Amino acid sequence: MILTVASGKGGTGKTTLAVNMALLLAETMPVALLDCDVEEPNAHLFLHPAIDACEPVTLPTPVVDEERCCGCGKCAAVCAFNAILVLGGRALTFPELCHGCGGCALLCPEGAVTEEPRGIGVIEAGWAEKVRFFHGRVDIGAPLAAPVAAAVRKRAQERQGLIIVDAPPGTSCPVVAAVKDSDYCLLVTEPTPFGLHDLQLAVGMARELQVPCGVVVNRVGLGDQQVAAYCASEDIPVLLEIPFDRRYAECYARGGQLVREFPELRDKLRKLWLRIRMEVEGDGPGAAGH
Amino acid sequence: MAQELLVISGKGGTGKTSVVGAFAALAEHKVLADCDVDAADLHLLLSPKVREAHDFSASKEALIHGEHCIGCERCIAVCRFDALSMVDGVAIVDPIACEGCGVCAHICPEGAITMEDVISGNWYLSETKYGPMVHAELGIAQENSGKLVALVRREAKKLAQRAGCKYVIIDGPPGIGCPVISAIAQVDLALIVSEPTAAGIHDLERVLALADHFGVETAAAINKYDLDLARTDQIEEYCRGRGTPVVGKIPFDEAVVKAVVEGVPLMAYDPDGQAAQEMRTMWMNVVEYLDAL
Repeated sequence: MILTVASGKGGTGKTTLAVNMALLLAETMPVALLDCDVEEPNAHLFLHPAIDACEPVTLPTPVVDEERCCGCGKCAAVCAFNAILVLGGRALTFPELCHGCGGCALLCPEGAVTEEPRGIGVIEAGWAEKVRFFHGRVDIGAPLAAPVAAAVRKRAQERQGLIIVDAPPGTSCPVVAAVKDSDYCLLVTEPTPFGLHDLQLAVGMARELQVPCGVVVNRVGLGDQQVAAYCASEDIPVLLEIPFDRRYAECYARGGQLVREFPELRDKLRKLWLRIRMEVEGDGPGAAGH
Repeated sequence: MAQELLVISGKGGTGKTSVVGAFAALAEHKVLADCDVDAADLHLLLSPKVREAHDFSASKEALIHGEHCIGCERCIAVCRFDALSMVDGVAIVDPIACEGCGVCAHICPEGAITMEDVISGNWYLSETKYGPMVHAELGIAQENSGKLVALVRREAKKLAQRAGCKYVIIDGPPGIGCPVISAIAQVDLALIVSEPTAAGIHDLERVLALADHFGVETAAAINKYDLDLARTDQIEEYCRGRGTPVVGKIPFDEAVVKAVVEGVPLMAYDPDGQAAQEMRTMWMNVVEYLDAL
């Protein structure tokens, strides 16, 4: 099963939930954790995995053979991303704008454009106790997070058992790469107008991608009741509420593991997992929330 | 020339929008811009009245004219984004997967594919109690948030020039990817709101590296600094070591959350509280920094 943890709003507790569920469930079943927040990956700060593999993520980027280039401008006309410009009969490339579609190489009448892999980030794999761990990091200054997130997400294919995906915040391309084709999406929010607003966007995204979703409300007690009211009106199950507790916040601050320090959370997360399994396997209310 | 102040964080949820809301109430002669177009929240504090609404369209999507499709599957062979498939001998497009590159339209021997503009969001010129505001919303699962960010910045700057404003205060997106790159390029100052957590420090380092990459001046603020004093010291030392001044340290104060729940800036909810006082000091420090640039 692929279980993705997303949120819309940042800082609501996605990584905390993903990491602690992975640690807890790995005690009794095979679990992999994929950190797809490649702009700001954090799961490793809590899991301290021993990294055993590292590979670059690349995009095919055009290289122009000046001898063969006739300066016709076809490549520049084809490129939807302004990554090739033809000036004074010479083709200039802007690799950081290239999306790797291959159109220039395919359509150059002189065969003057070839493609070379260009690094945009890395993927690392390792073990954190019994949790198989993967994360990606987009290079600083490289604008293409989505292909790196997608490359991490693809590693789900090589694993059996439960795959927990930690998604980036927001609702655009890198989040879509993480959530797409998941069996279930947990949306972590907080009971404030910010949390509610961004939850509504995240629910819209999950529905667009046809992934059933349920909600975890974090830091209950600090805000208001609007999130619960919204979930009830939209028929989205609230699977867990985690009260605000300064001890949890302090444990998070130092990179601690909540399930090792707070037994009451172990019970809650185990029940959460049973609820999710029911939602995925049975026709729970989450299916109606499609 | 108005100066652009960008508030970002790397990590999400550190309090960017609460800081911008407080600055909105404190600063004079400014235009506000919400560049977190993925999950814009500033309007929830400033209650803007929309004066102008515009469509945003920067990308294209393949449209297949099924009656001309001969089922040759060449489009499927060239698409690198797995956006095309065959149903009953006719190609169909998955609009979410389509990158808008147009290679399929170029290769189709029958001219059965055209590239069509997609309305991928909206942007607004608005009025708030605290001054004019430019904001936007990106459609769900849409691309090109970077271009929408650039547009919001451009419009805010135009507005500031026209009105003779001193500052453009920008609420930035989380992360370090394409929308952040659009938001940070050539701003006068990037204020990075961090928190004293393992993740906060990690993400602060990456976002500072991004600012360096673009040659942008930086200052830092530590939100909820009293949650972990040792880590706060660590952030201050790190910032000092690289010449980034720490211009504010905001204590954990429930008034910050309560102001959000009330839908007003902190300064309107609890102007004399601990956090509000620190916001005031921080704004003075930021002004001093901007004046010195």
